Amino acid sequence: MPEPDETADLGARVDAAVTAALAAIAAATTTAELQAAKAAHNGQGSTLAALNGSLREFAPEDRKAAGQVIGAGRGQVGAAITARQGELAAAEEAAQLDAERVDVTALPSLRAHGGRHPLSMLIDEMSDVFVGMGWEVAEGPELEHEWYNFDALNVDPDHPARSESDTFYVAPAERHMVLRTQTSPVQMRSMLTRELPIYIVAPGRVYRTDDIDATHLPVFTQIEGLAVDKGLSMAHLRGTLEHLARIMFGAEAKIRLRPNYFPFTEPSAEMDVWHPGMRGGPRWVEWGGCGMVSPNVLRAAGIDPEVYSGFAFGMGIERTLQFRYQLDDMRDMIEGDVRFTEQFGMVI
Amino acid sequence: MRIPLSWLAEHVELPKEHAAEWLHAQLVRVGFEEEAVHGGELRGPIVVGRVLEFVEEPQKNGKTIRWCQVDVGEAHGGVRGIVCGARNFVVGDRVVVTLPGAALGDFEIAARKTYGHVSDGMIASVRELGIGDDHDGILRLDEAGIPGEVGADALGILGLDDQAVEINVTPDRGYALSIRGIAREVASATGQAFTDPADTARDAIDVGSPSGFALAVDDDAPIRGRVGCSRFVARVVRGIDQSIATPTWMASRLRLAGMRSVSLGVDITNYVMLELGQPTHAYDLAKLQGGITVRRARAGERITTLDDVDRALHPEDLLITDERGPIGIAGVMGGADTEMDASTTDVLIEAATFDAVSIGRASRRHRLVSEASKRFERGVDPAVADAAAARVAQLLVELAGGTLDTELGAEIGEVPAMGAIDIPVGFWNAHTGADYTDDEARAALVAIGATVDEGATDAPTWTVTPPTWRSDIVDREGLVEEIARIVGFDRIPAVLPVAPPGRGLTRAQRLRRGVANGLAAAGLTEVLVAPFVTERQARLTGAEPVRLENALDGERPWLRTALVPGMLDTAHRNLGRGLTDLALFELGRVFHAVDGQGTEALPGAEARPSDATLAALDVLPEQPHHAAIVLVGERVHKQPGRAAERYGLADALDAAALVARVLGLELDVRQAERDWLHPGRTAALLLGERVVGVAGELLPSVAADADLPRGVAVAELDLEAMVALARVELQTRVIAPVPAATQDLSLVVDASVPAGEVLRAVREGAGALLEHIALVDDYRGTGLEAGEKSLTFALRFRAADRTLTAAEASEAKLAGLAVATERFGARLRE
Repeated sequence: MPEPDETADLGARVDAAVTAALAAIAAATTTAELQAAKAAHNGQGSTLAALNGSLREFAPEDRKAAGQVIGAGRGQVGAAITARQGELAAAEEAAQLDAERVDVTALPSLRAHGGRHPLSMLIDEMSDVFVGMGWEVAEGPELEHEWYNFDALNVDPDHPARSESDTFYVAPAERHMVLRTQTSPVQMRSMLTRELPIYIVAPGRVYRTDDIDATHLPVFTQIEGLAVDKGLSMAHLRGTLEHLARIMFGAEAKIRLRPNYFPFTEPSAEMDVWHPGMRGGPRWVEWGGCGMVSPNVLRAAGIDPEVYSGFAFGMGIERTLQFRYQLDDMRDMIEGDVRFTEQFGMVI
Repeated sequence: MRIPLSWLAEHVELPKEHAAEWLHAQLVRVGFEEEAVHGGELRGPIVVGRVLEFVEEPQKNGKTIRWCQVDVGEAHGGVRGIVCGARNFVVGDRVVVTLPGAALGDFEIAARKTYGHVSDGMIASVRELGIGDDHDGILRLDEAGIPGEVGADALGILGLDDQAVEINVTPDRGYALSIRGIAREVASATGQAFTDPADTARDAIDVGSPSGFALAVDDDAPIRGRVGCSRFVARVVRGIDQSIATPTWMASRLRLAGMRSVSLGVDITNYVMLELGQPTHAYDLAKLQGGITVRRARAGERITTLDDVDRALHPEDLLITDERGPIGIAGVMGGADTEMDASTTDVLIEAATFDAVSIGRASRRHRLVSEASKRFERGVDPAVADAAAARVAQLLVELAGGTLDTELGAEIGEVPAMGAIDIPVGFWNAHTGADYTDDEARAALVAIGATVDEGATDAPTWTVTPPTWRSDIVDREGLVEEIARIVGFDRIPAVLPVAPPGRGLTRAQRLRRGVANGLAAAGLTEVLVAPFVTERQARLTGAEPVRLENALDGERPWLRTALVPGMLDTAHRNLGRGLTDLALFELGRVFHAVDGQGTEALPGAEARPSDATLAALDVLPEQPHHAAIVLVGERVHKQPGRAAERYGLADALDAAALVARVLGLELDVRQAERDWLHPGRTAALLLGERVVGVAGELLPSVAADADLPRGVAVAELDLEAMVALARVELQTRVIAPVPAATQDLSLVVDASVPAGEVLRAVREGAGALLEHIALVDDYRGTGLEAGEKSLTFALRFRAADRTLTAAEASEAKLAGLAVATERFGARLRE
């Protein structure tokens, strides 16, 4: 049984053990050293553990006070270990992050830069303007029956445009198949199959036997519009075109109509658009053709021209792209040079 | 059509200044597009001079120049010394002198020192004056029969102060291919009074009513029911003097109108055609044998036309014939045998009305577009033939010293009556949305030459008869076009129509857009390739192609049956421009021939064809949308810490899978073979049991044919079929929050067994608890027999309602193995 002075001596021994433990903890510079310090000063076999083990040797009336002294010492050491552990972990994490530093300007690029073709994006953009007005997008075959491409559109069997110098014929020509020279066959197909009233646009490829130059392509793209309803007039045609022009070219854009001739419309007009953003200053630009649907065309579709009237218009997508972006040479649009398309990316 | 301004000014008043610009503005407003302005390049002082004397001076360079003294008149400084290099003139000749201050186009004349003299002007050549290029020498006015006093303004005398405005005439307005037609348009556009030059021509000469010449129209095979010649007027003028030169005013106008001056007789017929729009022809009467019959060609007949081309005739060709045979292809070109020549004294003038279709077909058949055929094809006023014949006769009498024969001549046929059109009053506003008044509408119709019968006062309908030269106006909409054109398109307001609510893009349209955007976002570049290919390209993928009758490029008369072959050309073009790495995609239609495509007959369009007829018209080659991918070169370049990675089949498959995923689908990939692809690196792509595409590496020989390197990876997808199969309904799963159990499965199979099929077997066997499976390793070598491989799959199991035990997961895994064992003899790898 320890003497009373032994109790006082206990305090000094705990203090000494704690001081030694704290020194060892502070000296630990890695998690491993800290674990070693913890084992040496607070684990089994440590001074503090041995002192704790000696408690039963104290008189019962002293045991409580002695236990408090040792417990306080062990608690102090345990708190120091936890604190030091936090410090070391943070430092080690910081060191690792520092080691993981990269040059963000030299990281590898892992994917090629793709892009939509601007003609396709322009078709989407123009179609969406009409879809927003409740119109629908109609489609038809590119290799078309001659009837749809010409006869149904009031083009006389002897019209010069039907000759082989303008139109691609599918062999044998006696089977009356052509590559459509305009998107207008879709008009007739729509009138034959859709319920009235009809409000459609038909974008797509068309073909003419033109030799390639800066402004002519044997394969090009048109967007055609057709509305057939009761009471439609040229004013509605102009209103529709002006709406499209404003969305595409700005609030100051407007439409001018000039008399022209197409077999499938009467009256027929050439449309010019006032392009406020034209490089070199605002000006009128030829945009396409339009007119009121010929009564002969309505009759060929079984629509009574006494009850219904309609208007139609069409413009070249290549031409629209050409003056919107001041592109001198249309050939760039079809040669498939990826540098041309990559300029546009996914945005038009 | 080119319109010399001095000529037009004889019929309507033009402004003194900027007449060409003014005229363009007037004509554009009524529907004639501006093309160009011709003439006006020469500016004065350019005067008539007389060569008084000259000295020839040989030069060191071998040339001999003439040092001339030329009198240009007191007003221009009298006699001037001028150096001239040409030597085709003599002392006493009147010549054209361009004085300092004058300009020939951009070339300004100034007094300048040359060959040791100061040349105080220039003696002008025919070419410099732009009045011909057939001779290179000085224009000798006496020799050319051109009048003009010394000192007079030569530009006026030669008509070089005139200009021509060129406009584009649309094919429905044949009448506008004449001064007569254009003058009427200008008059109606400006509100001026108009005197018809056809009436003036009839009044200018009394042709009597001769009938002594045998004329007949014998058309035994009218085309589309239309007799080839409805009217024929023949007049005879005798005693013309072919030595008389064409007056300079006439030659100048012809030149400005784009025609060459040939000889007085020919020039007069051309002049009258330009003036009245009626083609005319003059035959040497002495060379004609008997009367004239207009008929179709007979088998084996031939003719040598004025252009000295011997032509075989077609039974549809309409001919002018005499007793011996063809003397002209009607409305297209005369024959050489009966042509006027220097000895001709008596001529027979032809002015006839020929059917547009007959002439158009002959012109195209013989690839012979003449000024005459151009006009007949677009429609010539059937009432103007007599006026044109009279006008030719009058000019031959006045200018060529001839005498009209009032006995010999003839006139057959008649002018067809024009159909009257009823138009409800105000229909012009209903159809245009404009506010044209009745007075404006009436005035416009009268201005174009129509007669308007308003019936009783306040009748709701007018009866309008178009003039004979407007056969293009056949319905009330045609009348509206005229009213709107003349009163003004600018009066049409803009009103946005309200369409009924729409359904948006169709599902197919939305999905195709998604595919294009998806591929582009994944790093591929969209190309749009023309569908014209070689036969080899068209047949590469095996489908039956369609051929064009008249391809532009004789090497490529076929239409593509697949997108990849054409895209290979595009890839090659890019490589040729120095690019090395390409990821291309295209969405577009391909063309596959079908049995019985097209029709023999062409239905009419007077009314809606029957459903059976429409169904027959729809037997066309199949034109499905395809999507295709072509990958060349490197996907990832060599970069710090990273080696280059080449595009390969995996990338093509990945892109194809992306297309499927956009459509809510998963492609089934199977080992396959195609003639044009690498036999060991080709995959068939399936949806269910349907093959919807193929991916592979190009066969080296196919790549070499396209001038591409080895290893090009491609995919061709039937997008039409894929979109049709796109996921419509989705059985959604409950997303269970319970933990998953993951296990690996390594099994050994024969090396020839496709991993994908083993995977499918394991998945089937493992059942509903298997949430996900992926192939993570393919091992061959130590520990395995030769010809074996070990595949390792990572499996993730999950039950919807509870945490799985390891035993449950293992049981499911072994069930998967059991199916693989059953199908492929797989065994668990120890």
